[in-house]
Amino acid sequence: MQLTRRQMAGALAALPLASLLGGCGARGGDGLTVWAMGNEAAHLPALLDTLKLPASMLKIRVQPLPWTAAHEKLLTGFAGGSLPAIGQVGNSWIAEMAAIGAITPVPVSAEHLLTDQFRAVVDTNRIAGKTWAVPWYVDTRLQFYRTDMFARAGYAAPPLVWSEWKATLHKVKALAGSGNYAVLLPLNEFEQLLTIALSAGARLLRDNGSRGAFSDPEFKAALAFYKSLFDEQLAPVASATQISNIWDEFAKGFFSIFTSGPWTIGDMKSRLAPTMQDKWGTAPNPGPEGIGSAAPGGSSLVVFAGTQSADAAWDVVSRLLAPSAQLSFHQLTGDLPARRSVWAAAGLAGDPIVAPFRVQLDRATALPKVPEWERIVTEMQIVAERMVRGEYTVDAAAKEIDRRADRLLEKRRWMLGKGQAL
Amino acid sequence: MRVNRWTVTLLAAFVALLTIAPLLWMVSVSFMARGEASQFPPPLLPDSPTLDNYRMLFGTFGVGRFLANSVLVSTLATVLALLFTVPAGYAFATLRFKGRDATFRLLVAALVVPGQIGMLPLFLELKAMGLVNSYAGALVPWLAGIFGIFLVRQYCLSIPDEMLEAARIDGASEGQILRRVVLPILTPIIVTLALFVFLSSWNDFMWPLIILADQQLYTLPVALAAMSREHVQDNELMMAGAVITTLPVLILFLALQRFYLSGLLTGSVKG
Amino acid sequence: MTAVSRTREARAGLGMSAPALTAIVIFFVIPAVASLLLSFTDFDIYALADLSNLRFVGFQNYARLVENPLFWKAMGNTLWFVLLGVPFVVGLSLFAAMLVNSRWLKWRPVWRVALFAPYVTTLVATAVVWRYLLHTRYGLVNYLLSLFGIAPVDWLGDPHASLPAILIFVGWKTFGYNMIIFLAALQTVPRELEEAARIDGAGWWTRLRHVTSPAIAPTVLLVSVLTVAAMFQLFAEPYVMTQGGPAQSTVTILYFMYEEGFKWWNLGSGAAVAFLLFLCILAVTLVQLRLARKAV
Repeated sequence: MQLTRRQMAGALAALPLASLLGGCGARGGDGLTVWAMGNEAAHLPALLDTLKLPASMLKIRVQPLPWTAAHEKLLTGFAGGSLPAIGQVGNSWIAEMAAIGAITPVPVSAEHLLTDQFRAVVDTNRIAGKTWAVPWYVDTRLQFYRTDMFARAGYAAPPLVWSEWKATLHKVKALAGSGNYAVLLPLNEFEQLLTIALSAGARLLRDNGSRGAFSDPEFKAALAFYKSLFDEQLAPVASATQISNIWDEFAKGFFSIFTSGPWTIGDMKSRLAPTMQDKWGTAPNPGPEGIGSAAPGGSSLVVFAGTQSADAAWDVVSRLLAPSAQLSFHQLTGDLPARRSVWAAAGLAGDPIVAPFRVQLDRATALPKVPEWERIVTEMQIVAERMVRGEYTVDAAAKEIDRRADRLLEKRRWMLGKGQAL
Repeated sequence: MRVNRWTVTLLAAFVALLTIAPLLWMVSVSFMARGEASQFPPPLLPDSPTLDNYRMLFGTFGVGRFLANSVLVSTLATVLALLFTVPAGYAFATLRFKGRDATFRLLVAALVVPGQIGMLPLFLELKAMGLVNSYAGALVPWLAGIFGIFLVRQYCLSIPDEMLEAARIDGASEGQILRRVVLPILTPIIVTLALFVFLSSWNDFMWPLIILADQQLYTLPVALAAMSREHVQDNELMMAGAVITTLPVLILFLALQRFYLSGLLTGSVKG
Repeated sequence: MTAVSRTREARAGLGMSAPALTAIVIFFVIPAVASLLLSFTDFDIYALADLSNLRFVGFQNYARLVENPLFWKAMGNTLWFVLLGVPFVVGLSLFAAMLVNSRWLKWRPVWRVALFAPYVTTLVATAVVWRYLLHTRYGLVNYLLSLFGIAPVDWLGDPHASLPAILIFVGWKTFGYNMIIFLAALQTVPRELEEAARIDGAGWWTRLRHVTSPAIAPTVLLVSVLTVAAMFQLFAEPYVMTQGGPAQSTVTILYFMYEEGFKWWNLGSGAAVAFLLFLCILAVTLVQLRLARKAV
């Protein structure tokens, strides 16, 4: 069986080749790789050019990830040990990345980057007494509204106290005519209810994030308020996919107020007809007794654990966070800078559309910092949608969300018991 | 009611045109200027054909790299699959050894089991072996080609025993028999199998998507899927990407379609 | 034959099949068995970071799946794909096969290759192409419909249209493959038999019922089984065309497994989905084979 042996040898010879192929992973080479998403990834090379990095520095390679696949790519990268040196990470994912040990805390040498930032945003990245990521750009959600409709109802801007806010919405709905509503709260999006809950001061989770606190009076008040907006027909019972084109519907007066983030500003400018341009504005969220709250959003820069050139990586992060770099970053991407001093330099503080974001960011509340959070809010919204459709009362819905949250947090409780969770 | 023979041919031509229309449209749009296809009614031919989309793909997007990755992965997958499955298929068909029939029955039964069932543990296994995010990780499933063994065995059953016995009496070793007597007979089925593996590994999506994290290692389908999420509105660019991804396999198929279609029948009708 | 040559043959047989069998055991059998074991654990992202965070949980993953509405949504969608897709694909491919098999057809190989071509194209690439063909405003499909006075359909944005839209793509992509299988079966129908029926004055429909369909009945079943298995394994189509949306209307069972496993990294739960998927495919296959035995 001479040839059989040779064939075996051939197959065996292929194995070292295979391991050779296996060797060329992401960490090879002598550069620094940055994983970035969407718009930021598209402009990062140009931003790096403006930094005029010294020639002695490691070469930086940008790998773009699509936003819709970014979260799974980060986890796959961690699972496969193929994370790069630096990454852009959505603020809501920091807790998860820290819990599994995928990222390293901000070293003392980079701590100065955290001053001159929005408190709630930095707070989002603080877990177990350490800060794990440096906020890069910020956003939050507030109200986009039809200035003309509210003016006709007798208001320059939507009132900031719930009761008055709702009364105004009734007037706006009456003005808009039959078949139209006042506010859009898509039933498949959790952000609106979450904003209302944060404005009501709900803590959402209790016992070190190991159990749901959705039966607290604050959250129930938020649920009841949310439900009343549908019951009083101020909001259409619809999910976002049933609204074919929110710009058209907004212009037509189907609704006159909706919640979104700064990325919508550009869309409003490009998609609304020129005649509509002086008829919209932004305003902070309302709360039970005055200006409400919101969840701080945006992305941070992290240095992944296990990278060989951590010092060089933090050096790059520091350069990207320098005020001048933040200014060019804003000019390139339109993102709102994380550093407050840059807002003035960019002329953002005086922009009537952007200024409310700063007001809102100063009154933002960090979300619970547990890896399960994204699944919990997804469940929260599923229950809330059913409540709006009449399947649950407010009390029953609160109880049901607690039940689901507690189930998702079961593992975390077990790990906390073992002292193994952050 | 005699059907005119031309009616049938015309109908076939119409159906065939309808079938390949998406592919023709893909090629046509790939030569259009940016934004040209986004009109109503949609234009069928480019106003002034341009190679800009291809230039951009190979320049800005570095598609050459993905193309090279795809060629490398598919070629290696094909070579390795043949090395592993052809001798096994031959052995199962003609050589008598202990446990042969029982093993083969198990293999046939295993054909029902979808490959996806073991995907999650396979990922963990390869992580332990350090093969995640490597070409080797992407190649591994092709080594375990039960279908290939089945196909080769089916074909080998038709080799007359006397032929092998004669070679044995002449003093040839089993290995020499495989190389000198059997392989020449097997040429058609080897071409078929090679074509199958090459096309399937080229078109494979889910596994490379999972196992290849680093963009430098992406194969064309994974890269195209990532690009198409980022550049949804760039119709013409994506069409050029689709052309680059699918044209090589289409040409390969057209060149060797006889082998492909005959192999397909052996595989599916018997299996 | 001598004992020596017997052992030599046996050794060669083992030697030649060993590499393939080893690979099959390592990369197919072990993962498949491990998948079942994994489905009884709570293997998740925590366990991936540190194996001491792994627990044996019995049937908990299955129990939770059963009360997870998204799982049932995925199951329901997959069932719709099967219910609508199998007749659609079988009908399409049978029609194509009969067309190509027609005795008056000229240049047969040309049409056969043209009809088969979509099958060998790269799925991701053609899914991207179809995403544009199905575009609400600029897509060729809606343009063709508009010629017949049909209002534009929001194929990939309307939860009611998205599943049929993906089916149209799947049908286009796979009918050529089934057509080839049908062709092989049709060629076993003796021409003389058809001829005789024709001379007896049997019409097209009668001939189809009494001459053609008995000959191809087993093949219809085979193609159905293959199509059902393929429908259960839809992944890249929704991944590229709709990402499971709108409103989860195109989340298939395999897509759900991918999300559980590789998006949320609940490998235990994902393995449970994989195992249920396997049971479904097995059950459908067995039922259809059984029906076949009865029918034949």
